[in-house]
Amino acid sequence: MKAKHQRLILALVALVGVGGAGVLAASALRDEAAYFRTPVEVAAGKTEVGEAMRLGGMVAKGSIARQADGLTIRFVATDGKASVPVEYKGIVPDLFSEESGMVADGRMRGDGTFVADRILAKHDERYMPPQMGDMPKDMKAAPKA
Amino acid sequence: MIAELGLALLWIAAALACLSLVAGALFLRGGPKDLAALVRPASVAQGVLTAVAFALLIALFVRSDMSVELVARNSNSLKPMLFKVAGTWGNHEGSMLLWLTILGLSGALIAVFEKRLREDTLVATLAAQAALSLGFFAFLIFSSNPFKRLPVAPPDGQGLNPLLQDPGLAFHPPTLYVGYVGLSVAFSFAVGALITREIGPAFARAMRPWVLGSWIFLTLGITAGSYWAYYELGWGGWWFWDPVENVSLVPWLAGAALLHSVAVTATRNALRAWTVMLAVIGFSMSMVGTFIVRSGLLTSVHSFAVDPERGTFLLVLMAVYIGGALTLFALRAGSVAEGKKFALLSREGSLVINNLLLTTILALVLLGTLYPIVAEAMGEKISVGPPYYNRVAGPLALILCLVMVAGPLLAWRKDDGKKLWSRLPLAIFAGAAVLFALILFGGKVGILPLLGMTVAGVVAVASLAPLWGRNLRRTPLPTWGMVIAHFGVAVCLAGMGAESAFIKERLVAAAPGDVVKVDDFVVKFVGVKPIAGPNYTAIEGTLVATTPSGQSFMLRPEARTFPGLMGTAPTETNEAALLTRPGGQLYAVLGQPVPSDDGTADRYQLRLWWKPLVWWIWLGGALIAVGAALSMLGRAQLLAIWRTRRTRKVWR
Repeated sequence: MKAKHQRLILALVALVGVGGAGVLAASALRDEAAYFRTPVEVAAGKTEVGEAMRLGGMVAKGSIARQADGLTIRFVATDGKASVPVEYKGIVPDLFSEESGMVADGRMRGDGTFVADRILAKHDERYMPPQMGDMPKDMKAAPKA
Repeated sequence: MIAELGLALLWIAAALACLSLVAGALFLRGGPKDLAALVRPASVAQGVLTAVAFALLIALFVRSDMSVELVARNSNSLKPMLFKVAGTWGNHEGSMLLWLTILGLSGALIAVFEKRLREDTLVATLAAQAALSLGFFAFLIFSSNPFKRLPVAPPDGQGLNPLLQDPGLAFHPPTLYVGYVGLSVAFSFAVGALITREIGPAFARAMRPWVLGSWIFLTLGITAGSYWAYYELGWGGWWFWDPVENVSLVPWLAGAALLHSVAVTATRNALRAWTVMLAVIGFSMSMVGTFIVRSGLLTSVHSFAVDPERGTFLLVLMAVYIGGALTLFALRAGSVAEGKKFALLSREGSLVINNLLLTTILALVLLGTLYPIVAEAMGEKISVGPPYYNRVAGPLALILCLVMVAGPLLAWRKDDGKKLWSRLPLAIFAGAAVLFALILFGGKVGILPLLGMTVAGVVAVASLAPLWGRNLRRTPLPTWGMVIAHFGVAVCLAGMGAESAFIKERLVAAAPGDVVKVDDFVVKFVGVKPIAGPNYTAIEGTLVATTPSGQSFMLRPEARTFPGLMGTAPTETNEAALLTRPGGQLYAVLGQPVPSDDGTADRYQLRLWWKPLVWWIWLGGALIAVGAALSMLGRAQLLAIWRTRRTRKVWR
């Protein structure tokens, strides 16, 4: 009888634990899953100002402008349908160049500029985020400048 | 000739694996005993031949034989020798052959050394191991032959991705692979024991060193990988929650759960079905990881060598192995009687909670990693990032640490709650002291780092408690192992908390002669000069960092350029400079030159971080591995023999 009780308690503990974890995961997923955005989604107003997110897109040709402080760069991220101006203060990673794909962590500012905390380093120049899969093929294959 | 010989050896080894499987299966179905006698030597020969084939592939890379496609695509005659050798496994085909080599050699090791198991269980285990190998042999020979010749040999190869040309990364994949494949042995033991229904302490003791060993390698592999990403990618982070990182973490979590539950099975003959289940899950997670990394199903910033067609092959293999093992488990789980009873408040009880938490974290990490695929199938494009993982894994990991505090202080079978409290005051005091110090002097600290450092204080003190009042020289090695590993968790946690709470960052455009202050350091930018490496050119910056006490240290970050080979574009990489001090690390990255309007001074982008206690993260990882190694050594027969000899000498 006692062993039975005990197993019941253990099963209940497990159930409560797993259930709690499930609720935690579900709420976290609901809040945080929309983490990756493309310019077209930003243009459609799917993002909120100040919400942490990751932006993926192509660096538009001729858009990289270095600011006078020598540290800040501005460029335009595009997916062929919409564009988002991006501001980044820091050292851009290797493999960052015009007309190549880029992924950045950061948040939207009120004026519609994406402020990047970090531009992600890639290991491989062939890397392309899956979310950018429906970009025009010719852009994807665009040779590097 | 070498390449042809290598391929021939692979075929022979595959045939031997086939022989082991068939002979083992026939014996287990009541065939003659001679069949069982075949299995051991066949397993040994298979492992050795595969290893020779792998050695031949290394030889091809060392000789830069460009008539072999794999060498031409991944190597270059100008590369330093270390990276020629490492290039062997820095690609898909080579890494699969390495995987098979480790799989074969571990089968050979079981065949030679395992004496504790009943013969039929051993034969079943070896046959299961052969079945695993056979699938991967088919994969290698039919879809990714590493020895394939090119019709026309190019003058030189394409080279290895420059980011991979780092001593740390040269040894990182083999380390992880040993860990992954070690779990395959646990899997085979579980399958073998399920087939012959021999699940009990003997089976758990035979499986235990393999679980410990593979977990040591996984721990080292993850720690080294994290350190590599930290210093090589130049972004200064140590964990990214990237899919590729997650799939190495998931088998590690399964391994951690397994090694605790196998301890219960080995010493108390309880949790038997659960141990078997975890062994199946552990290797399944290694396979899921390999599949995700190799298939390109999930794109990651870390992905290399991606090929969707091969992904399908791996998916089928995975379905057969995991599905097969789970079916077997479902058929036999009923006959695995429940084993010895225990109270909830006991060592066993705490280990059950530990297992529940570890598997829950595993499930949540896996959920976050796979969720984007499911979402995409439903027409939604989503990415799960660090905010999710920190929120779900952070709190659970902290609760797990608190269970870790209590567990080792509890007695087996049944304990008393009051007694537990009486053992804890010092640890609680340590935690409270850390918490008060942080609130008083820490300034603004986030809730997760704050809790992390507090729990680290509790765990650090509590982990040493099992040594209290013991004769330290007589304390058994496994106890030392547990103490050191748990202490390592505290060290790791403290490093993570301190780094995220107190990191200092400076980003400047500096001209030679400029001075930058970071935390207590005064850093002077002396200047840059061009240098030439073996297969790259670089700009090297010189920085002098001075501490308040007047000590000076030189830092030399580099920006390297690797020339494009065979028509590919040149690649640039950053080599961060690290200054390690007792209190943390100063991390310097040299960026691009800054063009000035008047064209006078040459300025360079410089990023400087002071990362307090950051190296404790990897020290903690190393301590965890050392602890596991001591635990393994303590259980090795060899040491027991040596000890009895020594005591006999004393008697004389």
